[in-house]
Amino acid sequence: MADLRVKIGQLDLKNPVMTASGTFGYGEEFSDFFDISRLGGYIVKGTTLAPRQGNAYPRMAETPAGMLNAVGLQNKGVHYFADEIYPRLKDIDSHLIVNVSGSAIEDYVACTEKIAELEKVTAIELNISCPNVKQGGMAFGTCASSAGDIVRAVRKVYPKTLIVKLSPNVTDITEIARAAEAEGADSVSLINTLLGMAIDADKRRPVLSTVTGGLSGPCVKPVALRMVWQTARAVKIPVIGLGGIMNWKDAVEFLLAGATAIQIGTANFIDPEVTIKTIDGINEYLNKNGYSSVSKIIGALEI
Amino acid sequence: MDLSVTENSSLNENCFLLKLTSDQKLPDMLPGQFAEIKVEGSPPTFLRRPISINNYCTETNELWLLVQKAGDGTRTMGNLKKSDTLNLIFPLGNSFSFPENNSKSVLLVGGGIGTAPMLFWGKYLKEKGYSPNFLLGARSASDLLQLDDLNQYGTVYTTTEDGSYGEKGLVTQHSILQDKNFGFIYACGPKPMMVAVARYAKTRSVPCEVSLENTMACGFGVCLCCVENTVNGHICVCTEGPVFNINELLWQI
Ligand SMILES: Cc1cc2nc3c(=O)[nH]c(=O)nc-3n(C[C@H](O)[C@H](O)[C@H](O)COP(=O)(O)OP(=O)(O)OC[C@H]3O[C@@H](n4cnc5c(N)ncnc54)[C@H](O)[C@@H]3O)c2cc1C
Ligand SMILES: Cc1cc2nc3c(=O)[nH]c(=O)nc-3n(C[C@H](O)[C@H](O)[C@H](O)COP(=O)(O)O)c2cc1C
Ligand code: FES
Repeated sequence: MADLRVKIGQLDLKNPVMTASGTFGYGEEFSDFFDISRLGGYIVKGTTLAPRQGNAYPRMAETPAGMLNAVGLQNKGVHYFADEIYPRLKDIDSHLIVNVSGSAIEDYVACTEKIAELEKVTAIELNISCPNVKQGGMAFGTCASSAGDIVRAVRKVYPKTLIVKLSPNVTDITEIARAAEAEGADSVSLINTLLGMAIDADKRRPVLSTVTGGLSGPCVKPVALRMVWQTARAVKIPVIGLGGIMNWKDAVEFLLAGATAIQIGTANFIDPEVTIKTIDGINEYLNKNGYSSVSKIIGALEI
Repeated sequence: MDLSVTENSSLNENCFLLKLTSDQKLPDMLPGQFAEIKVEGSPPTFLRRPISINNYCTETNELWLLVQKAGDGTRTMGNLKKSDTLNLIFPLGNSFSFPENNSKSVLLVGGGIGTAPMLFWGKYLKEKGYSPNFLLGARSASDLLQLDDLNQYGTVYTTTEDGSYGEKGLVTQHSILQDKNFGFIYACGPKPMMVAVARYAKTRSVPCEVSLENTMACGFGVCLCCVENTVNGHICVCTEGPVFNINELLWQI
């Protein structure tokens, strides 16, 4: 067994495999399939200060090798999470990470303050990259100065590990990553979904109620891989890579590109046990190639 | 869970019946529930496909799926042969509910492939002492499926749009809707049909449940893509449905 441990900020992860926000519910839904405590960490649904109904149906369009979603951060709000959901999750032996979303800086800060009270939430992932909300969301993440402002404000109230989730819908993702690093982020995760759209030719209408939505799945992997590679070279803080990971091989590619850990999103819908298979697959890859630990392959891409 | 195909029979040009089994005992299932199916060998089919449980037979440890070829995913499933394996996540979703009142006569309406869940539900109702009446609507005689199976569990009424079998017209125009009274109505099919049935049930104050087919990505409650707007806000069709009482829905009926 290779040493799979990695470190992100103050977090010691037992392995580099985590689940991506919005694709893993609150984790409980997967307990019929496997033991969640095997995960390096699990990132739960996008959580906002106030409850949100999300966007109207239809919210999903399948695409070749992927899907578009327009969920729009439907959730019952941070207080509901703290009172009703957190008590059920707090004893799971893995890192519970909350994806904090919002539409105004004050909301992000207030939501973070509430999360900071929850002892067993060991990190937050600041979502400044949701393409499916009208205000805020991705707008914060597509401009270095506003990304910097929001990270600074949240950093002031959050002493634990702060991960900032970046949008790929930008000209230069390294610029945003550097702004987050400069304001004290412990790590950046990328990519969130790519803005896209689908049209029903027969009806001459958009498929999604919001017209545009976020693209995910294997079709975004090459873009994600390139952005992770660029970002890992641009910042000193650890990068968490995601976007289209379907198996251990994809995961190893992200590690080689410079990601310290990875997240799996859309693939959970098709194979709920994909995360566990990925952990086992990474271990086998390391053993087969004579690496004693996963850290040996992080950024080990030979060019 | 991997199941193996015991039989794949073509029922007409577009529909086929898959019978599946396993060495292990199949999990308990309820009428109205569905399975999410991984389709192999269909490149355009990225996500699993939701298909209702058409029948579950504990004695033979068999699960039936009645499928219409709608696109590449279902067409590819249609090529499955005896002893091929198929990966299913199941059973998913809620189930139909029994009538609250004492009335034993209930109506199960299926439009097109929407008859799929009604065989299992009709069988279950009969076992529990109810008298199911099946009302099926289709375009033409060849689109009316599993009539012999349904006949074992209740009375079957039919309509076809071209008049080639049963009464001519749409299900909601069938004469039994005027002639008989029912204690509960269940419907599954195209949305306009379900809306029309819901309207009929509402005007007669008959309780009514419908089974929705919102597009899904996961099928087990984690993506929030399948929501229906209800009196309780956006709720997931895959976990809190697919069966809904019409009073919960915000349909214009
Ligand atoms: C809970 C549930 C139970 C279902 N039960 C059955 C069943 O028992 N038998 C059966 O044949 N089908 C059933 N369906 C519908 C079935 O899932 C779709 O027909 C199938 O996913 C189409 O896949 P495809 O790859 O063949 O076609 P695609 O290429 O994906 O689609 C072909 C056409 O079908 C339409 N379509 C796709 N998905 C749906 C959907 N969910 N509802 C309505 N139209 C859709 C598309 O818009 C397109 O026009 C059910 C759906 C749900 C949500
Ligand atoms: C249905 C769905 C909902 C999502 N919800 C969120 C969310 O609430 N917050 C967030 O930061 N990212 C969200 N995402 C983005 C994913 O976490 C991930 O960044 C993206 O899907 C790319 O990874 P993948 O290709 O492995 O899915 C969502 C993605 C999907 C498909
Ligand atoms: S299909 Fe994913 S939540 Fe219903």
